[in-house]
Amino acid sequence: MLRLERRPEASQAMSYLSPLIAIVLMLIGGLLLFTALGKDPVEGFKVFFINPISDSYGVSELFLKATPLMLCAIGLAVGFRANVWNIGAEGQLIVGAVAASAVALYFYESESSQWLVLGLMVVAGAIGGMLWATIPALLKIRFNTNEILVSLMLVYVAQLLVSWLVHGPMMDPDGFNFPQSRLFDDSALLPILVEGTRLNLAFAFAVSALLVGYIFMYRSFAGFQMQVAGYAKDAARYAGFSAQRMIWIGLLSGGAMAGLAGMSEVAGPMGQITEHVSNNYGFAAIIVAFVARLNPVGIFFASLLMALLYLGGEQAQQYLALPSSISNVFQGMLLMFLLGSDVFINYRLRWKEAVA
Amino acid sequence: MTSAANGEQAMRLELNGITKAYPSVIANENVSLAVGRGEIHAVLGENGAGKSTLMKMIYGVTRADAGEMKWEGNPVQVENPAHARSLGIGMVFQHFSLFETLNVVENVALALPGNPDLEPLARQITEVSNRYGLPVDPLRLVHALSVGERQRVEIIRCLLQNPKLLIMDEPTSVLTPQAVRKLFDTLRQLAAEGCSILYISHKLDEIQELCHVATVLRDGRVTGHCIPAEETPRSMASLMIGKELPVPEQGEPVELGEIRLQLNGLSKPSDDPFGTHLRDIDMELRSGEILGIAGVSGNGQQELLYALSGEELIDTADAIVICGKASGRDTPGQRRQNGMGFVPEERLGRGAVPRMSLTENALLTAYHADMLHRGMIRFERVASFARQCIADFNVKCGGEEHAANSLSGGNLQKFIMGREILLAPKLLVVAQPTWGVDVGAAAFIRQRLIDLRAAGTAILVISEELEELFEICDRIAVIANGRLSPSKQLADTSIDEIGVWMSGMWDAPPNEEVSANA
Repeated sequence: MLRLERRPEASQAMSYLSPLIAIVLMLIGGLLLFTALGKDPVEGFKVFFINPISDSYGVSELFLKATPLMLCAIGLAVGFRANVWNIGAEGQLIVGAVAASAVALYFYESESSQWLVLGLMVVAGAIGGMLWATIPALLKIRFNTNEILVSLMLVYVAQLLVSWLVHGPMMDPDGFNFPQSRLFDDSALLPILVEGTRLNLAFAFAVSALLVGYIFMYRSFAGFQMQVAGYAKDAARYAGFSAQRMIWIGLLSGGAMAGLAGMSEVAGPMGQITEHVSNNYGFAAIIVAFVARLNPVGIFFASLLMALLYLGGEQAQQYLALPSSISNVFQGMLLMFLLGSDVFINYRLRWKEAVA
Repeated sequence: MTSAANGEQAMRLELNGITKAYPSVIANENVSLAVGRGEIHAVLGENGAGKSTLMKMIYGVTRADAGEMKWEGNPVQVENPAHARSLGIGMVFQHFSLFETLNVVENVALALPGNPDLEPLARQITEVSNRYGLPVDPLRLVHALSVGERQRVEIIRCLLQNPKLLIMDEPTSVLTPQAVRKLFDTLRQLAAEGCSILYISHKLDEIQELCHVATVLRDGRVTGHCIPAEETPRSMASLMIGKELPVPEQGEPVELGEIRLQLNGLSKPSDDPFGTHLRDIDMELRSGEILGIAGVSGNGQQELLYALSGEELIDTADAIVICGKASGRDTPGQRRQNGMGFVPEERLGRGAVPRMSLTENALLTAYHADMLHRGMIRFERVASFARQCIADFNVKCGGEEHAANSLSGGNLQKFIMGREILLAPKLLVVAQPTWGVDVGAAAFIRQRLIDLRAAGTAILVISEELEELFEICDRIAVIANGRLSPSKQLADTSIDEIGVWMSGMWDAPPNEEVSANA
């Protein structure tokens, strides 16, 4: 009889192995999926995972896609470490994008300097995301509501908000009624980092955010307090760490980073705001944060993996005639296998003879 | 060795060469033990000596790696606690396992095999409880019972299955002295009827009073046997720790200084339906003295400690005055800054973060002591503070980078005590300073508290161990039902008087017969 038995101590090795096991299982699941859909699994694997990054342009696209994921994931990880569960980065990203777009449209054809406009867009994006995250924070502190539900529900509010804006106040007056804004001026676009690619300054923001996040988590006293609260709530209370402060830091950092990610999308590859400003980055970032074990270095690599799933999904659409939701299937498998193999951090399998 | 059972002469329980290793430690090594019929057999040992592991193997909770267990002469392999009970082994755990919202019969019924009828069971409970002097009303809800009564329910639950061997794990830690005596009468009666008893305790005077033989464990090995009646508590203690037991030195009484803690009519209703309301507590504690608060657990100690530490705030700020500052509405951090140190009862998860290193756990409360620079942690300072704490307080661990949950309970307690003492607080509030700590370490911790008092700190000790309070305190008071008794100088009171007070009857005139209903 196979039995699940509690380990005497949580396995450190397993907590790092588990994401790798999940990735392997996801790949196997993918091969089975391709086969079941009547595609050659080897060909499918190649199209999905190799082709997107087979040239330097592909690699630049990978970093481009990974940028909003890194930004959202590092902001979320700060809160997750203190058990502040912000599930609404998607909505915070949208509101950040809206705020940044508002700045870009306000300065449309104003001949203002690029740095002024971009600087204001960065600030507006971050503040927009933070404002959206303030709602679950306030409600949690004041009424002890569950931040998971509130932040998640606000995602749908944000989606309706952006939809209304691009159908109304922000719609391009010369755009034949398409639900999208004007294309921004060049002064409202982030400078390109590598000539001939779309990779822009936002990637530098993301890497800096990871660095700052690393220092905050592992070197600062505030980061230490948040980790204590995440591991042992009573110990944080005993030591006199303010639970309210942690809720604020946790939600606002997630909101600010998600808002910045939204700004980097509209001021980057999109160059305008549409209804589809977010590509589910806010939700995918939750998976990234968990696969990365809430560690900034891990977030860097997990974001690249997740970005590859996005790109692979696009390729699969073009070359394998599979629907784009194939990306979501892979994301879902990754999270499911991760949660499954995480069981083995605290438990192990044992053969046991049945007791007579 | 013959395995054939000789029903009449075989020992009830025999262990031969039991060995059990965990990944990091050997809990038991080649342990042999024999318990005769009707024998009260003490298992003595420091914390971490392997007593609990040994009992768990007998009761089928864990399995030995090597060695043999014989039950009435026949080799057995105890598969699980249900198997152990079917053999006739009962165990009363240190921490009770009763459902608070059910009544006594229902709780007992849950532990019995099958689906017993409650009415005859209630009669059976009354019968057993009368026979062994364990009065308890079968129809009362458990949450309304005192701790002593709950223990009786646990014992009755075992007795209903007619055990041939009863294992008692630290049974007296929650009882008043009067209730302890009643328990001993019951145990003696059981033994006289042929039931064998394995009695685990670190209270040497009790073992001396009650037990016929004792087996001493140290570091997982049997280091000696003795007849407690022929020993003194001191000689048994040195058997247990392998060296002479240090005696705490009281030293000169210290000149009393300024008031460091003052409670002015502190009242606080409890939010917990089973909690205790604090009612009108007055107290004054000065620099250079140790005030002890005795009491049976669950009489408001938890609530008082939460109010003192600031983990629960009080609406009226001046109900709690710490070092001259009205602090009722101050957070724990503000109270620490104001000179207060605090050691809670729960070590893992409250006094320390289980998964974090000792260095990080040092930072948990030592952050005021110049450990930060512009919000960044000065890890080298914190680590050296942790190392000092480990060295000064003789904490056995792999090093300051090891996690708190890799330490034994006693060593973690030493670390937490060390951390708070090294911060040189003006006022130190300590709950259960030596709970679960071995005698050697307990003596050490008590000595450090006395030294700290001599250095001018005001110390409040809340403990359920009367002997401990009588050893270190200058004054002693009792908490019962959320009310605090007046305090008495140690010289003016006795264990018996405090024992009576523990049932809440300090207003009663002296010398009146009081039934100790723990």
